[in-house]
Amino acid sequence: MPKFLIWVAVLAALIALPHGLSFSQQEILVFLTINVLLVASYRLLTLTGEWSLAHVVIMGVGAYSSALLTKKLGVYVPVSMLLGGVVAALIAVLLSFPLFRMKGFYFLIGSFAAGEIIRLLWKRFRDPFGGAKGIKGIDPMPDFSIGFYQFDFFEPTSYYYFAGVIVAFCLWILWRIEKSPVGLTFHAVHWQDKLAQASGVNVRAYRTLAFAIASGFAGISGALLAHYVGTINPNAFDIDLMVFVLTWAIVGGTATFYGPILGCVVLTVLNEIVLRELGLEQMRPLVYGAIMILSILFLPNGLESIVQKLTKRRAAKSAPERSPAE
Amino acid sequence: MTDFLEVKDLTMRFGGLTAVDSLSFKVAHGSIHGLIGPNGAGKTTTFNMISGFYKPTEGQVLLRGEDISGLQMHEVARRGVVRTFQHSTLFAELTVLENALVGTHMPFRPNIFAAIIGWDREDRSGAEARAKEALEFFGLDHVMQERVGDLSHGHQRALGMAVAYASHPDVILLDEPFTGMNPEETRQMMDLMERLKADGITILIVEHDMQAIMGLCDTITCMSFGKFLAEGGPQEIRNHPAVIEAYLGGARHVA
Ligand SMILES: Nc1ncnc2c1ncn2[C@@H]1O[C@H](COP(=O)(O)OP(=O)(O)O)[C@@H](O)[C@H]1O
Ligand SMILES: [Mg+2]
Repeated sequence: MPKFLIWVAVLAALIALPHGLSFSQQEILVFLTINVLLVASYRLLTLTGEWSLAHVVIMGVGAYSSALLTKKLGVYVPVSMLLGGVVAALIAVLLSFPLFRMKGFYFLIGSFAAGEIIRLLWKRFRDPFGGAKGIKGIDPMPDFSIGFYQFDFFEPTSYYYFAGVIVAFCLWILWRIEKSPVGLTFHAVHWQDKLAQASGVNVRAYRTLAFAIASGFAGISGALLAHYVGTINPNAFDIDLMVFVLTWAIVGGTATFYGPILGCVVLTVLNEIVLRELGLEQMRPLVYGAIMILSILFLPNGLESIVQKLTKRRAAKSAPERSPAE
Repeated sequence: MTDFLEVKDLTMRFGGLTAVDSLSFKVAHGSIHGLIGPNGAGKTTTFNMISGFYKPTEGQVLLRGEDISGLQMHEVARRGVVRTFQHSTLFAELTVLENALVGTHMPFRPNIFAAIIGWDREDRSGAEARAKEALEFFGLDHVMQERVGDLSHGHQRALGMAVAYASHPDVILLDEPFTGMNPEETRQMMDLMERLKADGITILIVEHDMQAIMGLCDTITCMSFGKFLAEGGPQEIRNHPAVIEAYLGGARHVA
């Protein structure tokens, strides 16, 4: 069972990983884990062919909802995270009514506008959103013990394990959806919505479904973030982060499930290790922009295409893999 | 044979152009009904109105007496009326089998929760069996794993019909299904349509290949410039002066 062994090795490496890192690197690892869920959920949306610019704001909806639920209503923290995802999904369903009248470029712009409106509401209404300063002193995840391991959430390592389990579970669900008949229908809606409709697919409902699911998981990632950093504000969910998400997805490639995750991991490592070492962090947007352009020019199918080539060469005899998108 | 699908005073205007002008005809259950006319006569537009792709400007489409005009395409499909498209409209990025699987959407509606937990195994294998059955019926089982973009034109046309057939339709609307097929493929496809008819499926077909139409159809409706021109059996239509005139006149215009 070599495949099983590979997974065990990966799991062991992921568990051992924070112990070889500095405190600040451990913190970055937590953010990376959260961002993996953010970008993986974004891919589900792109399956139906839509590229939204509101995804990060929707993540913020999850963050705000979970923070407020704990602060105002005293909801127990992990439960509030789940509810944060639910609220984000419901907001997405509401947004789908105006947004899904549009397609392609207009959808892109419309989603940006919708996101900015939500951010304006956060800024405008100090009660309950705290205005431009946002919400401070968000309840942390309460510590607990599982016998052999004591979770102490002031330690990034503990939060990394906690977030890691949640993100892994969410990724598993996203994976199951993508590989199911529902996932196939998403592809169908993307590639030929006319024929999908003629086959009885309610195209509008499926686009909304993808948008809601993607938003729900983005909301959970936002809630994970909120209860880790303890403070959120409208600027934490601005277009800068959205551009990073787009860059991760494009550089990684969106034809496979792992493409955007790969992009997120590689660029984060590049950013945190290389740029920080060179003292070039301030130039992150510039460097990201350059990487995006270079990868579109020289690696149009993303980092995943390199992986596909490598694995194909290794298993040249096994059936060729098909890349369903892009 | 009862009146099953009825088109009543159907009209479609695009700006100043009346593409279909007060067209009426009836399709009997279990029959193969041809819709012919010169290029630009409005046949595809009529199909688009019946299938719900266009909302008619005026008039009605009645299915088993129910007015289905103005319904969306998936709602019409769910009532058993499934169409193919004039130009091979397929999921080019997906495999042949996956295309057929999309066709099974109606009989095996995906359920997201069951899919996540893994409680939809029966549905999945049922859908796969149905998809394979449809592909086999249209002689596509040997290219099941190929990408649609790599198929020959004739195979693509056949796949369009297989996707429609996979959904267990009551009525299939076929828009020029024989384009791009060689005579041998056309002959095989005609046999398959006879078999569909024997299965109780009603077929409404638009086709330029007159030999095929005459050999296949029980009833033929001829239209020209959006208007009803003549209707009857193949023999009648072949010798109908108005039809001959329309085709000769049409040929001069369109060539
Ligand atoms: N979407 C549309 N907008 C404007 N005109 C159209 C449209 N679709 C078809 N037409 C016009 O309607 C007429 C009938 O077209 P069509 O139904 O495609 O004919 P046929 O299928 O019989 O060849 C043509 O003159 C065509 O140009
Ligand atoms: Mg036509």
